Amino acid sequence: MTHASYRVHVDPDTCQGHNRCYSVSPDLFELDDLGMSSEVGTGLVRAGMARLARLAVANCPEHAISLTELTEAELTEAAEVQS
Amino acid sequence: MSNRHPPVGDFATDFDHTDPAWVADPYPIWDDLRQRCPVAHSDRYGGAWLPVTHDLVSQVAYDHEHFTSRSVVVSEQRPGPDDLPAPIGLSPPITSDPPYHSIVRRMLLPAFTPKPIAALEPFTRELCRDLLAATDGRTSFDAAVEYAQHIPVRVIVRFLGFRQEDADMFRSIIRLVLEEVDLPADEREERFAEVDTYMNAQIEDHIAHPRDDLTSFLIEAEIDGRKLPVEQVRGTMILLMIAGIDTTWSSIGASLWHLAQHPEDRRRLATEPALMDTAVEELLRAYAPVTMARLVAKDFDFHGHPFKEGDWLLLPFPAANRDPAAFENPGLVQLDRARNRHAAFGLGRHRCLGSNLARMELRVALEEWLARYPDFELAHPAAVTWSAGQVRGPRTLPLTIHRNGR
Repeated sequence: MTHASYRVHVDPDTCQGHNRCYSVSPDLFELDDLGMSSEVGTGLVRAGMARLARLAVANCPEHAISLTELTEAELTEAAEVQS
Repeated sequence: MSNRHPPVGDFATDFDHTDPAWVADPYPIWDDLRQRCPVAHSDRYGGAWLPVTHDLVSQVAYDHEHFTSRSVVVSEQRPGPDDLPAPIGLSPPITSDPPYHSIVRRMLLPAFTPKPIAALEPFTRELCRDLLAATDGRTSFDAAVEYAQHIPVRVIVRFLGFRQEDADMFRSIIRLVLEEVDLPADEREERFAEVDTYMNAQIEDHIAHPRDDLTSFLIEAEIDGRKLPVEQVRGTMILLMIAGIDTTWSSIGASLWHLAQHPEDRRRLATEPALMDTAVEELLRAYAPVTMARLVAKDFDFHGHPFKEGDWLLLPFPAANRDPAAFENPGLVQLDRARNRHAAFGLGRHRCLGSNLARMELRVALEEWLARYPDFELAHPAAVTWSAGQVRGPRTLPLTIHRNGR
């Protein structure tokens, strides 16, 4: 499986820069100059990365991270972008 | 530890965070209050409140309408008319409220992201190795006094660009500020004046000889195109010094205290380096050193409790971290705990600015310790003493070192 099936998102208004998600996965999250986190790119989570994305969610003290399953349409679109 | 206050009878109605029972072991007290209250009250310190659940602690941390951070250390002395008023406070941004708080915080944040903190790691590692090398050949020594306490003070002294020789003086100042909170107000003021004098000299020296450190960074920093007034530079330096030292010292000491009593955790951590990241977070959760405080900003009803303007409120993040409603088996240290939204560094806008620094120091201190001393235990469990006040950690920690296994 190479298609993304989840999308991860950091709510910029809720993030306080604990950097727990970045520590869990620098592939999924990146920090700005102030140390505030956001998802890398569009937040697509490759299949093998789903576990790390869930860990990031489960360790954010501010509950700032959401993980949503992609719809069929989004899946198709993501697959097209990747191919 | 000081004993200037009468002993506490019932912590629900008369709590005191300097009471010997609290200092020795606060966890059963919080567990009991969580069942019974969960907001305790005390007439001490002129009136104070204490919520002990994760939910209530979060509510207070996110509520900037009813609570002010103007003073964050509970003592007999509330901020006076001569002190910098809200929203700035004496030591911005920890004593600032929004929206001013955000402005100062944004100015400071770039200095504390993982990248600049990583630059301090080689110094920290060498420091830990030197401290351990100095214990060579000994089978018993005090890990709080001879190891843990030297690490954060020397790192922050280097970060601020002060002389390493001044590190010892800092530690005594900090003890006065943070631990001796039940001293009379005039005595505390006298001691604060000593700190100001030292910092003023440092600022003058850095203005005359600018260099690449945090002090010069603060002197040069601008808000709205203006440099900061000197009292704000000083206040922020004092904050960084105080906030960065006892706290991390406590965290390193408490982690060694735990490992000294848990051979299995010790072995796992020494042999499974990949466990270190979750272990550090779990040790931070279980032994979170810092309880913050707020002042009630205006009269209001907090879940049936009549909060009055000017009342103190202790904000015990360590108690939130032990709430069974938020953590599975909170009393159990699980080095591989996967779900760990701990609040050791606070919650919301005032999240500890130095959290990346503290984490780096704790991780490096444990890595270097375990590399040299994988097997050790408490020499005299009864001889371990804990700090009083809002920062909790071992201040005496005599350990016996076992060489070549046992």
